Amino acid sequence: MPTTAPALSLPPLISTLIAPLPKTPMEVLLTRFTRRLVARRPELLQRLGAVVKVPIAIVPDDMPHAFLLSLDNDKSSVEICDKDQITRAKAVVRAPFLVLLGLLDGTYDADALFFTRDLKIEGRTEHVLALRNTLEEADLTPGEFFGLSGRPAQWMNGFSGTLLDKAKRLAGNGSRNANSMEQDGQR
Amino acid sequence: MSKEEKQMELVCPAGTPAALRAAADAGADAIYCGFANETNARNFPGLNFSPTELADGVAYAHAKGAKVLVAINTFARAGSIGLWRQAVDDAAACNADAIIAADLAVLEHAAEKHPDRRLHLSVQAAANSPEAIRFYSDTFGVKRVVLPRVFSVPEIAALNREIDVETEVFVFGGLCVMTEGRCSLSSYATGKSPNLTGVCSPPDHVDYREDNAGRLLAQLGGFTIDSFEKNTPAGYPTLCKGQFSAEGRTGYLFEDPVSLNAFELLEDLAKAGVTALKIEGRQRGKAYIAGVVSGFRRAVDGLATGTDAGPAIAALKTFSEGGRQTSGSYKKTWR
Repeated sequence: MPTTAPALSLPPLISTLIAPLPKTPMEVLLTRFTRRLVARRPELLQRLGAVVKVPIAIVPDDMPHAFLLSLDNDKSSVEICDKDQITRAKAVVRAPFLVLLGLLDGTYDADALFFTRDLKIEGRTEHVLALRNTLEEADLTPGEFFGLSGRPAQWMNGFSGTLLDKAKRLAGNGSRNANSMEQDGQR
Repeated sequence: MSKEEKQMELVCPAGTPAALRAAADAGADAIYCGFANETNARNFPGLNFSPTELADGVAYAHAKGAKVLVAINTFARAGSIGLWRQAVDDAAACNADAIIAADLAVLEHAAEKHPDRRLHLSVQAAANSPEAIRFYSDTFGVKRVVLPRVFSVPEIAALNREIDVETEVFVFGGLCVMTEGRCSLSSYATGKSPNLTGVCSPPDHVDYREDNAGRLLAQLGGFTIDSFEKNTPAGYPTLCKGQFSAEGRTGYLFEDPVSLNAFELLEDLAKAGVTALKIEGRQRGKAYIAGVVSGFRRAVDGLATGTDAGPAIAALKTFSEGGRQTSGSYKKTWR
């Protein structure tokens, strides 16, 4: 049973490899899938309430960029930007990338992560809360996000699950190695 | 547990339909929830149910053998009583098993218009004496009272000997040590309260920021109410768990950032005549609901079967505020 997310930071090499990749294609894809999701499930915007159209920055600590998310009826957008370019955001959520993914699919409890300081929030707390509660209700799976159903959705969820498990093991090993190096340095 | 003792009911929270399904799947006997407005004491952005969602949730829970209890437990505001009446009518129309209320007007409306619906007295009513509980029982037909979190186990046993209604007690989650339903601490800082608007520490008045030393500063209504050193566990931004300075000393005046865990007292609570065990946390996510409900399911079943739920309950510590747990006033050591 997952409770909180101990030491789930990706190795710095991942960030180094991702940094030079072009942002635009990923932005276009994420925006398109987000708009489709909102169109399929209008009840999510209802739950968001006052947060509709409010830009919220999602900042993975262990990635080179931030995501600026704005949800709207037909103008939802996901912008990928440098971490110092999120001043437009009304609220900011910071955590390691895998922790953020775990929050997205409900694997982790946001309050517990906040208590352990693995999750940090800044700005308008009510916006973060509304987004968190909406995502909780969304029960998002990768298949659902990409608009798949039936066997393709099952395959996508299985594939993503395997990938995520491997990433978590990698992150866990990375953190253990880093800790061990830290301890070695202290001796 | 002796043969004559009935197994205690496990009452679990749900802030969203997804959380309700998680609670039902994890083995809840009953699930409590509320509508997305001021009528319930967890009126937070993005949380709670529409009438349609509640009706679907009730159907799901019933299919899993769980009851649904609807909290309409704030105090009706003068001039807007219609909202509370409508909530009661909607809960009945959704086939909810019981209504949890505190306000006399809400209780009266429910008792008069929906006499077949079970009525539970919310902890917000702060009913802590046999006389008060008997009043609610005799006047409105209340079948169960949710006890304030200020009793010791012997006090609960003594109370149960004097009343005919069922008692429900909190066993896990947020710990409120104030006189619930009458606490105005939040109002002083924000103008809003759990009693009238359904929000203790309303999130639109909460701010967090980290200073250069990595200290997390929690602010409510512009007041800095606590600070947490770098890499130390944090707590909720509630005034009752804030630090205050007086006479040259700074510290936690009312209570520390800590959560309730009464697992070790379950057998004593059963012997004290408690009917139902309540898990706090309608504002929490599915991971909390699934983890805590399944842990306490194992614990309650373990009273009859002898199965050790200790490891499952120990794993719940990470869900607790400040990473710390207490048995609260159930084990009073200060009297």
